[in-house]
Amino acid sequence: MKMLTDLVNTLYAITAAWGIPWIIPALVVMSIVAGIVVGYIAVASMFMIWWERKISAHIQVRFGPMRVGGWHGWAQSIADGIKLLLKEDIIPANADKVVFVLAPMVVFAAALAGYVTIPWAPGLIVRDLNIGILYMISISSLAVVGIIMAGWSSNNKYSVLGAMRSAAQAVSYEVPLVLSLLGPVMIAGSMSMGKLVEAQAGGKWFVFPQIVAFLVYFTCALAECNRLPFDIPEAESELVAGFHVEYSGMRFAIFFLAEYANMFTVAAIAVALFLGGWKGPWILVPGLPEEVAHVLFGLFWFLVKCYFLIFVMMWLRWTLARLRVDQLMGLAWKVLLPIAFANLIVTGLVLVLGLQILLYVIGIGIVVLAAVGLLRRASSDTVRMQKAQG
Amino acid sequence: MTITLAIFYFLAAFTVWAAAVVVFGKNIVRAAVALIFSFCGMAALYVLLDAEFLAAVQVLIYVGGITILLLFAIMLTSGIGAKAAKVVNDQVLLSVVAGIGLLVGLIYASVAGIGPVSGPPRLPETAPFLGKALLTTYALPFEVVSILLLAAMIGAIILARKE
Repeated sequence: MKMLTDLVNTLYAITAAWGIPWIIPALVVMSIVAGIVVGYIAVASMFMIWWERKISAHIQVRFGPMRVGGWHGWAQSIADGIKLLLKEDIIPANADKVVFVLAPMVVFAAALAGYVTIPWAPGLIVRDLNIGILYMISISSLAVVGIIMAGWSSNNKYSVLGAMRSAAQAVSYEVPLVLSLLGPVMIAGSMSMGKLVEAQAGGKWFVFPQIVAFLVYFTCALAECNRLPFDIPEAESELVAGFHVEYSGMRFAIFFLAEYANMFTVAAIAVALFLGGWKGPWILVPGLPEEVAHVLFGLFWFLVKCYFLIFVMMWLRWTLARLRVDQLMGLAWKVLLPIAFANLIVTGLVLVLGLQILLYVIGIGIVVLAAVGLLRRASSDTVRMQKAQG
Repeated sequence: MTITLAIFYFLAAFTVWAAAVVVFGKNIVRAAVALIFSFCGMAALYVLLDAEFLAAVQVLIYVGGITILLLFAIMLTSGIGAKAAKVVNDQVLLSVVAGIGLLVGLIYASVAGIGPVSGPPRLPETAPFLGKALLTTYALPFEVVSILLLAAMIGAIILARKE
């Protein structure tokens, strides 16, 4: 945004006039921006935790938090935060102290670092890296390492089991996630988040041609965040709390914050790549300059879309049953990965050879599926005949 | 001493310190964690060299894949809940000789200079350049590496199958 860039440039000019090396104002600007992002994460996570309790309550025909703060218990998250701050900090006796303390930091750092390339509004990205989406995927793979560190250093069998399952799940679901994201990248021709949103101008959101990729991405995103139905690593009824069972007080709060921050990040990626980002109807407000009005409306639409997707995630959590760990891995490798590959191939073909190739693809696809179906029916017939005879 | 040079020295020191913890550490899990830091330091050095795509892929593959694999191997072989395995080293003399040889070679290379390497071309975006190069000029090595990875995967599946 021009106003913010002008502000930063004047700061640089002033400090250059005073003879201070450019690193000092750069660090000041970076600290302020990081502070704003951390503040947003804290407030948004508290809101999402309250919202999740309300949604789960209403789906289960009860009320949820109603007392703390008066109207529908809106201050419940604040009360929970204060409680977690005041709890005793327990480190298990034989735990590896350094790794135990480092693990929540790694997980939260990875969650925070993903906010660098989120396109909040036109011109309102912390840094529009030209490898934007690849950067976000790399950072999310960093969080998995923190989970393993947490599980191992707790000196607890259930933690280690939960950590290994979580790592296996995250690593398996990363592959179809990356492949499904490559569809919009191929159409837009760039990995920069700003350009990906710009490429969806005129209402041509990528969700329409890439509906398959969007569904695959959303499923993999649910698995990356360890949300139900991919809840095995944190299954409260199975593994106690999985990898963070030995963490109490503020350390647990950091894991919790990081999980909700991650939820927002994956929703933001889905909105930016598939649902048109910050694009939406906007009007000129009489008092404000045009650019500021555009930014405010863009921010509004972006947040509305993100929180809608988060609502769908929470809705799914309280509606679907948990998948067993082998069903989970089978879904990733046997179902989502072939679908993601097929989407990539068809997208590439259509981009190079034009839309009429779709008719050929659909025709060939129908023929192949019919052949496979007939072959399976024939082989199951032979199996039944052999069982009847022998 | 420009700011970039200072940042480079800091990152290089950080990477070398992490690598030293990996090599000299007594606790194998801490060594694996230090390996993560050294990979991240390498990625930061790639960013300093304007190879941003390579830096992101370094984090994605090395940290997000290889260190997780290493940690899995440590956890599955040390036993769940047991104290982490001690690090043993029988080949100190041989490795010292190899290390000194490598150091002499690297110092000679950096002092004598290897022509164009000393001035990397400034590309606006490395990803399209890499993509084009991998699929046109270097298509054969690309395919050969893919076949190598496929062979490794098949080998792993066969080794891991229950007979």
